[in-house]
Amino acid sequence: MLIEVSGVTHTYAGRREPVVRDLDVRLEEHRIGVIGANGSGKSTFARMLNGLVVPSEGTVSVEGRDTRRHGREVRRDVGFCFTDPDSQIVMPTVAEDVAFGLRRRGLSKAEVAARVEDVLRAHGLAQHADHAAHLLSGGQKQLLALTSVLVTEPRLLVMDEPTTLLDLRNTRMVADLVARLPQQVVLVTHDLDLVAGFDRVLVFDESRLVHDGAPAGALRHYRELMS
Amino acid sequence: MTGVVGLYRPGTSVVHRLPAGVKLAGLAVVGAVSVMVGTPVRAAALVACVLAGYAVARLPLSLLWASVRPLLWVAVPLGVFQVVVAGWDRAAVVVGVLLALVLLANLVTLTTRTTDLIDVVVGLARRLRFTGVDPERVGLLLSLGIRSVPLVLELAGEVREAQHARGRGASARAFAVPLIVGALRRADEMGDALAARGFDD
Ligand SMILES: Nc1ncnc2c1ncn2[C@@H]1O[C@H](COP(=O)(O)OP(=O)(O)O)[C@@H](O)[C@H]1O
Ligand SMILES: [Mg+2]
Repeated sequence: MLIEVSGVTHTYAGRREPVVRDLDVRLEEHRIGVIGANGSGKSTFARMLNGLVVPSEGTVSVEGRDTRRHGREVRRDVGFCFTDPDSQIVMPTVAEDVAFGLRRRGLSKAEVAARVEDVLRAHGLAQHADHAAHLLSGGQKQLLALTSVLVTEPRLLVMDEPTTLLDLRNTRMVADLVARLPQQVVLVTHDLDLVAGFDRVLVFDESRLVHDGAPAGALRHYRELMS
Repeated sequence: MTGVVGLYRPGTSVVHRLPAGVKLAGLAVVGAVSVMVGTPVRAAALVACVLAGYAVARLPLSLLWASVRPLLWVAVPLGVFQVVVAGWDRAAVVVGVLLALVLLANLVTLTTRTTDLIDVVVGLARRLRFTGVDPERVGLLLSLGIRSVPLVLELAGEVREAQHARGRGASARAFAVPLIVGALRRADEMGDALAARGFDD
């Protein structure tokens, strides 16, 4: 999908300094990485892509739909994965949480159950269907959170540091899963390995986009900033 | 995964297959009728019936014990108090009825999916629609409430550990403040996740 960010500056209510300044980008690539220091505005940028944050100036549109006026439609097409799976899992059990996203899609109970079962099997969670979500391991929780987003078949998946709380093995698991996804992905991360093979990487620093291009150049720029 | 009280345990018994509405109605009826239980024999019969329900549902004994254990903190002092002020008979009735009701409530949640229980409540709320109640919202709030229990318990554990690590004594305030701050932050994040997942009205 085509994401167009035009003349965007965002200041949170009650704050004086903008956290994103003068941003203009068009994103169409299949795999887009976003890196930058803590507090550089990455999460704010990511949240703009599905209208969770509406910019105080300028516009963000996804496939021609402005997030300011069409937030709900945009969110139907844009899945979002957060850092902490415990905040994203909203239902008590695994299957219930996956079913949650399908509740208002006009599907029958049987259709919902069938889709939930399929997607749980596809992601190796079938044996946990009726288990309490809070008893899963950290990696399994993030896998569940992702599964619950993917079941709604978003066309774009935005992920905000999905591996920051995970160990190396689970980070690899998430990376492999992302690599297999057919849909477009925007991934915010501190793990530079994750974006090394991406089509395009954006580097944020102090609320500005400071580099935009192929991974090699972006990673070099980021390392220089950090040293 | 044993030891977690009140969570659905999948199964195929008659108790599992009873409609959620019937089970909830049964629970309400037993609750209402229980005030009429006046003798230790009847209280014992009530407890026995509930225990039979566990047997029919083929739930392991460990779960039964896990259901009773947290209750002992209330049941034992209550029993002692009743013995002192009202005698053995009254104590047996009060403790027996309490035990039976809590075990029955646990039996319902152990054998019914949370979603099914919530659907019943949502169905009831639908009849109250004319009062402005949004049934979907009622259901969502219930689920979120249930989901929040382990999160808050976990948070409480973390706060306590952090305080132990710093060698703080047990001050209620030093415990409550980080707990409330943490819970609010969590609630905020969960609100974002709900909006991102399509519940943004
Ligand atoms: N909801 C909010 N309200 C006020 N300030 C916020 C909010 N979210 C983030 N900020 C602030 O905006 C700045 C950028 O944050 P963020 O976009 O989360 O950056 P990053 O993800 O790169 O760490 C930080 O200084 C942060 O404290
Ligand atoms: Mg961030």
